[in-house]
Amino acid sequence: MQKSLQIEPEKCTGCLQCELACSYHHEGIFNPSKSRIKVFAFHHEGRFAPYTCTQCTEAWCLQTCPVEAIVINKTTGAKEVIADTCVGCKVCTIACPFGTINYQVDTGKVAKCDLCGGDPACATACPTSAITYVDAEQSGYLRMQAHAALSIRHL
Amino acid sequence: MAWTRNVLRVNLTNKTCIKEPLKMEWAGLYLGQRGLGSKYLAEEINPKVDPLSPGNVLIMATGPLTGTPASTAGRYSVITKSPLTGTIACSNSGGFIGMEIKNAGWDMIIFEGKAPSPVYLYVENERAELLAADELWGKSVWDADEWLHNRHQDPLLRIATIGRSAEQGCLFSGIINDLHRAAGRSGVGTVMASKNLKAVAVRGTKGVGNIKDPIAFMAAVKAGKKLLADAEVTGEGLPKYGTQVLMNVINEVGAMPTRNFRDVQFEGAENISGEAMHVPRKADGKTNLVTNAACFGCTIACGRISTIAKGHYTIDNKPRYWGASGGLEYEAAWALGSDTGVDDLDTLTYVNFLCNEDGMDPISLGSTIAAAMEMFEQGVIGIKETGGIVLKFGSAEALVKVAELTAKGEGFGRDIGLGSKRLCEKYGRPELSMTVKGQEFPAYDPRGIQGMGLTYATSNRGACHLRGYTVSSEILGNPVKTDPLATEGKAALVKAFQDATAAVDSAGLCVFSTFAWTMADIAPQVAAACEGKWTEDTLLQTGERIWNLERQFNLAAGFTAADDNLPKRLLKEAAKTGPAKGLVNNLDKMLPEYYQLRGWTDQGVPTAETLARLAV
Repeated sequence: MQKSLQIEPEKCTGCLQCELACSYHHEGIFNPSKSRIKVFAFHHEGRFAPYTCTQCTEAWCLQTCPVEAIVINKTTGAKEVIADTCVGCKVCTIACPFGTINYQVDTGKVAKCDLCGGDPACATACPTSAITYVDAEQSGYLRMQAHAALSIRHL
Repeated sequence: MAWTRNVLRVNLTNKTCIKEPLKMEWAGLYLGQRGLGSKYLAEEINPKVDPLSPGNVLIMATGPLTGTPASTAGRYSVITKSPLTGTIACSNSGGFIGMEIKNAGWDMIIFEGKAPSPVYLYVENERAELLAADELWGKSVWDADEWLHNRHQDPLLRIATIGRSAEQGCLFSGIINDLHRAAGRSGVGTVMASKNLKAVAVRGTKGVGNIKDPIAFMAAVKAGKKLLADAEVTGEGLPKYGTQVLMNVINEVGAMPTRNFRDVQFEGAENISGEAMHVPRKADGKTNLVTNAACFGCTIACGRISTIAKGHYTIDNKPRYWGASGGLEYEAAWALGSDTGVDDLDTLTYVNFLCNEDGMDPISLGSTIAAAMEMFEQGVIGIKETGGIVLKFGSAEALVKVAELTAKGEGFGRDIGLGSKRLCEKYGRPELSMTVKGQEFPAYDPRGIQGMGLTYATSNRGACHLRGYTVSSEILGNPVKTDPLATEGKAALVKAFQDATAAVDSAGLCVFSTFAWTMADIAPQVAAACEGKWTEDTLLQTGERIWNLERQFNLAAGFTAADDNLPKRLLKEAAKTGPAKGLVNNLDKMLPEYYQLRGWTDQGVPTAETLARLAV
């Protein structure tokens, strides 16, 4: 079963545990600026929204890479950057409509979410289940269930 | 390790920013943040220095756990000598600035001297420079924050700044970071203003590493997070209601100071409680509370994000208050509400916004207005002094007007900015000031919670709940329930809480973690992160060392045992209602035992033996 990250912004408190977990998993250091998942605070709305790569099926970052440094992980479906191959041309950062692949100055390569090989650290670290890792074909299941519950309310 | 081992020393007089190594022998004794910052302060200034003179030093300090995923470890403290109390000041704040300072590679920033004209400190990792702030001076916190983000074209910049109240000399101005988190108490913002330092803007991208044993650390962190999630207070009560979970609880036990401590229960408490923040308003059908919010790394997330109903009289034609921002914590709701007798939730939210916008400590603001209200009712001051404001208990409009004036340092607001002690002295009624060592009381009446009387009397920064929160035991039963109306055993309880809290603060953790954690849960996290031997015992001893260091500073500043006291009202006027009806605070039954347990003389002076035992 392929899984995908499911993000429910209404549950997010903006604590950045996900950013710490991501940077620690990938870089071995607690560093929000190196995180591939970002939490955005919308102060005047009083809302927080975690955001990261959705692993597009037709991934423009992958399509556009001139050196084929972005490959599909057959198990997880993640589009992964092969750091040894990446030449740091940044074309993928232009191609991505969502801004979720970014250049890192210190390595000279790009970095993006790779689903941690199938056990995303951000989802594990999230204290409120705002980020979960669920069946890719059933990511709407809980919302469907909630609306189904509404539909029986007056029965 | 966990410390970055770097200190940024900023000399405002000479406009220099110099990197120096952290004194690791002090870190081994004082851990970080509050403890280590206090050690630096005590070594660097004369305790008798005028707090608002260039001779005072202001330190922004992180803890060794700040910036790590240890839950609640996003704290930083501002340590200086307080202009409100004349004691050592240490104001702790959450939000994100602490982790950003740490990510930029600094354990602490030490400010000394005074800039000839307004400046702000800009830090980008190793790069640190003082930049002109002439255009920033005179701006509110919110406007300064926006100006700095625009100026540096950097949405990720984290900012701590003072508001207009501090610039105008209000003695209880704090330093606001991330728009609505505050190093709030004791006038640390006023000290910052006296140095012509408007703001600190930080961007850190280096990360926090140097963890001694990462595998053990991550295991300890995970265990800690689980305990917080599973405990009722940290897992349910605080996320849902914030600290406002206490409003109805404390009112019921008859420890809700009301109308300048004339009463111990507030008839309007329910209207301004955490529960009320969840009730849809008549005006717009929305709830006051929009969401809960976390400080950096915190898995409790007790922060309140609120709105005021559109069309509410406080924000008519003032679009800047129409959005969501930091809402009422219990202390603010109590001080601005119960203590002034005002029970309109949106009015209090508006005044709380003003406190954030211009950096006023809502506890001191509310308490000082309450004292002024009592003097107004007694005819000691009149509309001549207030500029026409009818300053009666329960008047929401009067509260709003006075708060607006204090924020900008105008009119009667200048009187309020003196704080309760100086205000009551000015008008010849010092006994009406509900303060210890010049600092206003927080939201627990010590007639209904006896241990808190001793906590207030002996707190090293004047009346304060965050120096030994025995409410946790006396009311909430954590870690063990004690009788709030009894004095027996309270000296030991207060000492234990004071020492533990000093250690928790110094690690960079939030004291709210201790609603679920004991020192046995904290020690493994500190031990795995930091070099040195950190056990429950050494942490508690570190806390005791810090407490004695702060005490020594205050004694050297001129304080004596006579200052370990409470206002007469709390010692002579009995509570009128509730479980504590007929009781006063029996400080005299607790204080001598406390001195003894501390290893102090009967004059409250640490003995040579005690100081040697603790290596102070």
